[in-house]
Amino acid sequence: MKNKEKRLMRGSEAIGEAAVRAGCACYFGYPITPQNELTEYMARRMMETGRVFLQSESEIAAINMSLGAASTGVRVMTSSSSPGISLKQEGISFIAAMELPCVIVNIVRGGPGLGNIAPAQSDYFQATRGGGHGDYRTIVLAPGSVQELYDLTRKSFELADEYRTPVLLLADGMLGQMMEPVVFNDKEILPEQLPDKPWTVKGAKDRPSRFIRSLLLDVDVEEEQNWRLYRKYQRIERREIRHEEYYMKGAELAIVAYGTAARIAKAAVKRCVEKNMRVGLIRPISLWPFPYEHIYKTAETVKHFMSFEMSTGQMIEDVQLGVKGRAEVLMYGRPGGVVPTPAELFRVISRAYNKIAREK
Amino acid sequence: MLVKTVFAGFGGQGVLLMGVCVATAAMNEDKFVTYMPSYGAEVRGGTANCTVSISTDEISSPIASSPNYVVAMNNPSLLRFQHIIKPGGYIVTNSSLVNVELGRSGVTQIQVPGSDIAEELGAMRSANMVMLGAYAAVSNVVSFQSLIDAVGEVTGKKKKELVEFNIKAIKAGHDYAKEQIKKFASIEA
Amino acid sequence: MKDAVTHYCQGCGHSVIHRLTAEVIEELGIADRAVGVPPAGCAVLAYFYFDVDMIEAPHGRACAVATGIKRANPESIVFSYQGDGDLAAIGTAEAVHSANRSENITVIFVNNAVYGMTGGQMAPTTLLGQRTTTSPAAAGREVHREGYPIKVSELLASLEGSTYIERCAVNSVRAIRRTKKAIREAFLTQMNGEGFSMVEILSPCPTNWKMSPVKSWKWIDEVMTPYFPLGVIKDSRKGSKKDAG
Repeated sequence: MKNKEKRLMRGSEAIGEAAVRAGCACYFGYPITPQNELTEYMARRMMETGRVFLQSESEIAAINMSLGAASTGVRVMTSSSSPGISLKQEGISFIAAMELPCVIVNIVRGGPGLGNIAPAQSDYFQATRGGGHGDYRTIVLAPGSVQELYDLTRKSFELADEYRTPVLLLADGMLGQMMEPVVFNDKEILPEQLPDKPWTVKGAKDRPSRFIRSLLLDVDVEEEQNWRLYRKYQRIERREIRHEEYYMKGAELAIVAYGTAARIAKAAVKRCVEKNMRVGLIRPISLWPFPYEHIYKTAETVKHFMSFEMSTGQMIEDVQLGVKGRAEVLMYGRPGGVVPTPAELFRVISRAYNKIAREK
Repeated sequence: MLVKTVFAGFGGQGVLLMGVCVATAAMNEDKFVTYMPSYGAEVRGGTANCTVSISTDEISSPIASSPNYVVAMNNPSLLRFQHIIKPGGYIVTNSSLVNVELGRSGVTQIQVPGSDIAEELGAMRSANMVMLGAYAAVSNVVSFQSLIDAVGEVTGKKKKELVEFNIKAIKAGHDYAKEQIKKFASIEA
Repeated sequence: MKDAVTHYCQGCGHSVIHRLTAEVIEELGIADRAVGVPPAGCAVLAYFYFDVDMIEAPHGRACAVATGIKRANPESIVFSYQGDGDLAAIGTAEAVHSANRSENITVIFVNNAVYGMTGGQMAPTTLLGQRTTTSPAAAGREVHREGYPIKVSELLASLEGSTYIERCAVNSVRAIRRTKKAIREAFLTQMNGEGFSMVEILSPCPTNWKMSPVKSWKWIDEVMTPYFPLGVIKDSRKGSKKDAG
């Protein structure tokens, strides 16, 4: 397959292929809809390439197998959907504490509880606030197309290695299931081409033995470790914020949306612009770190924001933290697995926009 | 331009493959395209459908809220999707199996006996390819040639003879639908 | 072993079992390939004592972590070191499925019939009639309320995938020698690529049993071994039996 050639790929397969081409050596997973296509794709491709695929006995086992494999220095991925990601949280906390690189994919479904298998964005809090116990963060990337699923999967592995931290790829059933053309913009890396990591536990050959742990009984030591992690997170906040803008020039109302919701928002915003409404879109691509600073600066001139989410309102809290009271923040959400139509959102935005215009 | 099409039928009728072929053709024509299958518990009931959206611009939602075209391979598909078709849209039905009446106005129904034509050609399971040809004739959303090429690309990985047969089936469906459209045109004239 | 003073209580079996494991690793010449996975439990600090690479596992997940290490790096010799609460309660699924997959790892399973580190609560292996802080009735653990002590070795032996399973004790010089031999057999099983091996070791916990070390030794003989019989529970190895010392 030539690099620049377009091919029609399912979202979950784009994630899988990106992982394989990023030199992922181990994948551990457990069946749950709507992400089984990724697990099945990995089963096929990892066997073809002579790498490790293992269907675990639970999501808990899968994340801990990932932890073990990551400790040997290889690139590792696990994936699941919302309820399964909840089960993985303890392990993710350990991986963050032990500073191991690991890529975790969440194909979010409607919740809480068993919910349904429809596309949703209701795991935002869990994803962006660490998710498990303890004072830690995970990098969270939110792709909005199959091409981006591909590109950001590769990026996830790179960020995980660079910062020795778990990276969460947050998608949903729609992005995972849909097919779109994908271009491979990257160079394939084989696992054996990746540089050796100086902290692994693979046996103390020609060096003193070492250990990886998270238990730090001495509070002073634990405090210092927490500050160390904090400084790392600050570094990530300085360097790894990603977002995109659409029709923001001269906008009076800024829609903020990510992932699937941002696709819908794009169409709705375009319609607004065609009707001469000054509406734009800010699409955070990294949900943590969140583009607070950018939103703050935008709020200098834009006095109205609307968080549009496939949930009852979670990201809105980050938008509010971003504007710091400089602007009004509205909310429109559809939870439970409902994917709103661009026409519906257009109506909502129009109403809000007209109200703003009247009050001016 | 944004054109949405739903392909629907029994599991096993190859409706998902129809969608993938059309989507591939559109991709090769450098159009924006999304393909969205039904998934999960929904497909366990034995029905399957997918939506293909083709546009000259970025596509927001790959879901069919109001499709321009529906290709219905069986009765449940017609019943389920007839009411969401955009006014002025088309429903192409596999009249070998679809015998319920269309329950709405404002859309054009093109009836093509896909399963019968496929059986005459020698393989009943190619009814999906016959209907794909019919759809191409009705919609013109992708060129006939790129559809033929796409079918070769998608189904040709294993057998060359299969591709040739599929192309034959597509042409048969295409020709049949053209005749139907002509009849419509003469009635209207 | 590192030159360190352990944190274990007087009469505790852990230090003996650490030593036996470390000796076997050294004698087999695998110290530069060994990776240990200590549990949450009394042995959580084992990485301060073992002079081999180690990585801590979340409570109960040592077998899963060990699986990940072994699969990612098959040349390493991977052992988990787990207590009864860790392996037989919260980590049952991981242990059962690792054994069932014939995962080529070695489990050192320390059975002292209580949760030690947390303060002597009832464990899945607590014996009927044994009093603990969470089975405080005069009659101790009772079947109608707390069910039966789990015989982990027999349970895992029933799985097609497990290869070598032996139950030992560390309450006499003879028993300790036997335990060392069992650990050696278990590591050899792994080195020969023959699959899942486990040594269950009945180990005294004088502090939580509220007994003297000497009485604890006796209690293992008199109360534990009648329920948890010692010996090779399963040995389905093909190649390594002859080589084993």
